[in-house]
Amino acid sequence: MAATNNPPLLEVRNLRVEFPTRRGTLLAVDDVSFEIAPGEVLGVVGESGAGKSLTGNAIIGLLEPPGRIAAGEVRLEGRRIDNLPYEEMRKVRGARIGAIFQDPLTSLNPLYSVGRQLVETIQTHLPLNAAAARKRALDLLKEVGIPGAEHRLDHYPHQFSGGMRQRVVIALALCAGPRLIVADEPTTALDVSIQAQIIALLKRLCREHGTAVMLVTHDMGVIAETADRVAVMYAGRVAEIGPVRDVIKNAQHPYTKGLMGSIPHLGERGGRLTQIDGSMPRLNAIPKGCAFNPRCTLRGQRCLVERPELMAAGASRAACWLHDSRGVGAPIGKETVDA
Amino acid sequence: MPEFVQIDGLKRYFDVSAPWLVRKLEGRPRQIVQAVDGVDIAIAKGETFSLVGESGCGKSTVARLVVGLYPPSAGNIVFDGHDMVAGRGRATQSALRRRLQMIFQDPFASLNPRWRVFDIIAEPIRAFGLAKDKDDLRRQVDELLRQVRLTPADGVKFPHEFSGGQRQRISIARALASQPEFLVCDEPTSALDVSVQAQILNLMMDLQRRLQLTYLFISHNLAVVYHISTRVGVMYLGRLVEQAPTETLFRRPKHPYTRMLLDTIPDLEMTGRQRTPVAGEVPSPINPPSGCTFHPRCPFANERCKAERPRSLPVEGGLVACHAIEEGRIPIEDRTYAARSALSS
Repeated sequence: MAATNNPPLLEVRNLRVEFPTRRGTLLAVDDVSFEIAPGEVLGVVGESGAGKSLTGNAIIGLLEPPGRIAAGEVRLEGRRIDNLPYEEMRKVRGARIGAIFQDPLTSLNPLYSVGRQLVETIQTHLPLNAAAARKRALDLLKEVGIPGAEHRLDHYPHQFSGGMRQRVVIALALCAGPRLIVADEPTTALDVSIQAQIIALLKRLCREHGTAVMLVTHDMGVIAETADRVAVMYAGRVAEIGPVRDVIKNAQHPYTKGLMGSIPHLGERGGRLTQIDGSMPRLNAIPKGCAFNPRCTLRGQRCLVERPELMAAGASRAACWLHDSRGVGAPIGKETVDA
Repeated sequence: MPEFVQIDGLKRYFDVSAPWLVRKLEGRPRQIVQAVDGVDIAIAKGETFSLVGESGCGKSTVARLVVGLYPPSAGNIVFDGHDMVAGRGRATQSALRRRLQMIFQDPFASLNPRWRVFDIIAEPIRAFGLAKDKDDLRRQVDELLRQVRLTPADGVKFPHEFSGGQRQRISIARALASQPEFLVCDEPTSALDVSVQAQILNLMMDLQRRLQLTYLFISHNLAVVYHISTRVGVMYLGRLVEQAPTETLFRRPKHPYTRMLLDTIPDLEMTGRQRTPVAGEVPSPINPPSGCTFHPRCPFANERCKAERPRSLPVEGGLVACHAIEEGRIPIEDRTYAARSALSS
């Protein structure tokens, strides 16, 4: 659980990510702020296009051009890292922040053996000689639960199955003993039984090493099992952030409520799922006021014009005028809600 | 009396050997993938039968065999009393084909990007000669678009102008265009976000009620399967290890593999239930393990499991292929799940 008296490990303040295009600038991440305490697991959920992966990429300095951080700052252990030169950021990434991506096949180099990739990463970040680095690589492979690690060290990525590859990627991320791991959809490409293994592994490693994790995923089940706190993103903004239990069981933002209701559930069957009509707006057509208002059944006049900031709501914080003393304003006729 | 859709001893093998010359020079054997290895399913009219399993278990191959995209290596498919395998390619089959349609997983790949939505949906109507004239065709397509909650005006657009969920609606409209009775849905919601998935699942259930459709539903998502199906079959390495009515399968799972799959569902309720991640992965279907193919991962396996392939035997209203269950070596336990109403505010 997050200890409030500790200084945060990662601090993201008013982060904006923009994509300049010929038809104007698209705002993909809009004024996002959150922090992660040491050893804490923060889940970031949202549907495709919500900006969750871009937030993760902005933090590790791997935004693909023309995407750029337009405003805000990212601080790791109090030190600003969003404006570091490329080479310096490269040292931070790997040594202080580890990264795990969705597809384990594309994050490994197919031409080098797994051992060589591990050793290279270890020697880049730690002052170890070849033998000691190989020893550490072996220990890491054992730690992530690869059977027969001794001879697997000299195997190539294609000789591993999907789940085993993802274990290797986790070992790579852990090479230099980072304080934070940014995991972007680490289990999405895997089968459910393998997914359970990988989640259990991530949880164990973080507990043992005291590593904080920013877990980006669209899978609420994975978040429920793994995260301490969760941030729900919608159209580039944080709609709600709070302790995972509260967000799941007592959602405060209408979007979060709808999202939770739309997940099929083992307790009941056959009835209709809660359905949020419409879909997430495109980046070039984000509505004025609250970005969720065209799909919201509880909206009022105020939601059309004024954009809500995160405000206290129950045990969480939600960006919704329902939790403001002045409320959502005058009601609107239903006919404007488009299907 | 055969059921509406009756599948018996269905097998499909794929030859994935190296070319003949390479095989001879390097002394390599032929390699056969046993994608589907003896599957029996009976689907009653109006029900939703779901197949679940991990990737590579052969569930999509079963779907493709049923609609006739592949010919089976062995076995029989009987659709409403008509043999679909023996009559393959004959003229009498095209009448049957009309009554059975498929919805694919990827709504981006399954619609022709150069065709307007109107033409995509009109194609089956034209192909089967179901419209009297042009006005009738337009009327039918407009009605189909309305049925899937799009508007007739969407007909002039191209697929790229729609979001993933809307595209899947177009696929559904196209599948419904020939007025089918049986729909094979291969992971229809896996490419969609959860809120959109809910829209599509609701739509599919509404259509089923309204048009008395029968579904064969393929998915790897157990929660979706639980929500939508009347009966569920669990596949592992080309074989059906257990099938039962949905409630029975989820409340009293019998096969060790079914239990393992149910353990892997992430627990949204955070009841503190301990998930037991099962060791190991699905072996290659090229050289599947002997006997019961699940034995290398099964905590209850013994010598018999390694040697003898288990037969599907009736247990509590379902069919289970497991020696341990047959011999009563493992107890069958009830499972409970928290109701959503108990936890929402």
